Amino acid sequence: MGRVLLVGRLVAGNLRRRPVEAGLLMLAIVAATATLTIGLILNGVTSQPYLRTRAVTAGPDVVASVSPTFGGPGSGVVTPSSGGPAKPAPPDVAALTALEHAPGVTGSSGPYPLTWVTMQAHGLTVAAEVEGRGQASTQVDRPRLTAGSWLRPGGVVIERAFAQALGVGPGDSVTLNGRSFRVAGVAVTAAFSPYPQICAEGCFISGHLPGNDPGLVWASESAAKSLASSNEPVTYYLNLKLANPASADAFVNARNSAAPAAPFLVSWQQISEADGKLVANEQRILLIGSWLLGLLAVASVAVLVGGRMADQTRRVGLVKAVGGTPGLVAGVLLAEYLVLALIAAGVGLVAGWLTAPLLANLGSGLLGAAAAPSLTLSRVLAVLTVALLVAVLATLVPAVRAARTSTVHALADVARPPRRRGWLIALSARLPVPLLLGLRVAARRPRRAVLTTISVAITISGIVAVLCAHAVFDQGFGVTNASGLTNPRTSRLSDVMLVLTIMLATLAAVNAIFITWATALDARHTSALTRALGATSDQVIAGLAAAQSIPVLVGTLLGIPGGIGLFSAVRDGATMGYPPAWWLILLVLGTMAVAALLTAITARIGVRRPIAEILQAELA
Amino acid sequence: MTDTTLLCASGVCKRYGSGDGLVRAVDGVDLAVAPGETLSVMGPSGCGKSTLLHILGGLDRPSAGQVWLAGNRLDEMGERGLARLRRDAVGFVFQAFHLMDELTAIENVELPALLAGRSPRAARHRATELLDRIGLADRAKFLPSALSGGQRQRVAIARALANEPLVVLADEPTGNLDSEATLDVLRLFGSLHEAGQTLIIVTHDSRIAATADRLVSMRDGVLVDETRLTGGSTGSLGALAGLEG
Repeated sequence: MGRVLLVGRLVAGNLRRRPVEAGLLMLAIVAATATLTIGLILNGVTSQPYLRTRAVTAGPDVVASVSPTFGGPGSGVVTPSSGGPAKPAPPDVAALTALEHAPGVTGSSGPYPLTWVTMQAHGLTVAAEVEGRGQASTQVDRPRLTAGSWLRPGGVVIERAFAQALGVGPGDSVTLNGRSFRVAGVAVTAAFSPYPQICAEGCFISGHLPGNDPGLVWASESAAKSLASSNEPVTYYLNLKLANPASADAFVNARNSAAPAAPFLVSWQQISEADGKLVANEQRILLIGSWLLGLLAVASVAVLVGGRMADQTRRVGLVKAVGGTPGLVAGVLLAEYLVLALIAAGVGLVAGWLTAPLLANLGSGLLGAAAAPSLTLSRVLAVLTVALLVAVLATLVPAVRAARTSTVHALADVARPPRRRGWLIALSARLPVPLLLGLRVAARRPRRAVLTTISVAITISGIVAVLCAHAVFDQGFGVTNASGLTNPRTSRLSDVMLVLTIMLATLAAVNAIFITWATALDARHTSALTRALGATSDQVIAGLAAAQSIPVLVGTLLGIPGGIGLFSAVRDGATMGYPPAWWLILLVLGTMAVAALLTAITARIGVRRPIAEILQAELA
Repeated sequence: MTDTTLLCASGVCKRYGSGDGLVRAVDGVDLAVAPGETLSVMGPSGCGKSTLLHILGGLDRPSAGQVWLAGNRLDEMGERGLARLRRDAVGFVFQAFHLMDELTAIENVELPALLAGRSPRAARHRATELLDRIGLADRAKFLPSALSGGQRQRVAIARALANEPLVVLADEPTGNLDSEATLDVLRLFGSLHEAGQTLIIVTHDSRIAATADRLVSMRDGVLVDETRLTGGSTGSLGALAGLEG
């Protein structure tokens, strides 16, 4: 008990002496654990808004469609080839309506005519899917109005996510294939995925329309039919209700066929899954980001502990001199970082739990948001384990090294003997003074230089992966599409990646400060001696900056292919994109400038202490 | 300051703290050192002699008073000017040697010349010459950890001479050495003195102090006594210091 109390007192004393370091360390672990928490708990929360919308709108269990036959529906967007038939065969509506009598079907609505048109609203020209509906309420698929009223002559109702992207509401005018309509209302449905996922289960549109991501518009049946053209002939949709909604997938699988004229069926589970794709992407990005942040946190803690050891050598000596065993010394160091890691993990768990619903919200196309997901015991344990692993991995080696340090050496505050690299010393003699000093400082602690390189490479990999994603967006899958319409899917992904980039950059900056501080601390005697021998403070600062710049440059250059490889590995079939060369050049220059600036600031603080005081301290 | 004075301190004070905690490490010291002179500053531990030495060499700044070296007023000089002065005009020898552990003897000696912007070839040539002069040419490629205390201090003295300084300031140069090594170092200082090198040696060992041209004693930050020594370092150093049989 007394031993635990002593460890507790020493830990508390250490934390009180260095509150800023403790804060920065916690920041690193909080960032990693919060991101991991979000990534873990996003899994499984995406279906809630769809289920609610489905319940409120009497959503269908199966949506079946038949199309004119010059291609196969269900295989995504199909563009008729120039060599195809001049006039497609009409859709087989009888085959569609036959499904109403299939075993297990208890209700239906439709078939409804549907076509694709060019829509103009607020100066934007976009593609739209127009579904013809009656004014009466139906048994299956009753779109829920969120603004305005249902269909009236000359009016249309627009799906809510699409309306928001367009910025239109009840009373506004839009044109469909050049014909003017007034927006009567805005509504949501569970029969289709919200904009821009409407074609997730397949669309049958030609290349004459602007863009590949149409939005949903309800019009009267006569209007829908009259808007059809030879390029965009009418397709028919039928909504089905099953006695056992859970069997929808089986129902669909049993009836879908490869024949072009056969009805194409989609289950409510498939629509729900398509809705969740957005969050699935976010989840994947966040999980990868959390691993990157976790690795950076390991680097942060490792550098911090190493730096503190350089600063605490005498304290370790004192503890050992008054009877502290090596185990006690190692225990104090481990306990200190484990306590910080546990507190930080707790904060990260809560932060991630509170943030997850914001990211899980599928947007305005569905009713309600995902509720705050519960923190299951397994998720809590996973996050705590990662945090503790970060602390143990980074602390174990310095703790054991401190425990094994000779008491006499520790009391004399003797620094670990630096490494000698003869060829580097010979090479540096031929360089200007700042580079001479920088190269020699870097060569003294090669492991720290490697840690810097890894830390920077991880950060740059993350940033380059994000730049690759942006390059893909800019190729036509952008935050705004070719029509200038906001794409909520890429817009949200872009936001998530931006947040991750900021977190990575922040942690990298924290690491840079830790590493520079540790380097400056370790080199304080050498720097003071060099100044005593005639080097100016500016030369010493420039030397420390140069010592940092070398591994930063190497890390940056390694991070570029690393980031491209990372994006390639996680893109999950998406288009590969490469950021323009000037983005990468700016990234390298920016990273070097930021690293140099941070180093210069930290080093300037380090050289403020008078030379004589530092050299005398070595004798004390 | 006159033409016959290389280094001059006038009313130099160094204070730390304030109020009841005020410490006067150096309190109104006046001192003049002629070119080629060897001056010993003696006194008990904590009397301020090391602080005075640091002020004279531009390692520390006085709280009050003036310090002149070769016509340059140190107490008004900027950090960059002081660095240049330390590089070109001052050589330091420390009790703890303060050699860089990762550099060999010759690399340590050539460092000030490299900092002064000399070519690597010229710096290496000068370092070789100095190591030869102190009798350690055969230890040029040794790391400090492979040298004895006396050898380390001789390397440190060679380093102090790398840029042909106007004055060498030695702070307890034999404090960490045994008798034999002390004798080696004193012989080296003797040869420097004969070559006309100005030397200021801070020590609390009266036997070392007795080898100088002039001895000043310090107590509580104040110079309390000054003695001109007739034998000086031109005599038999070892005998004077009582280190030889």
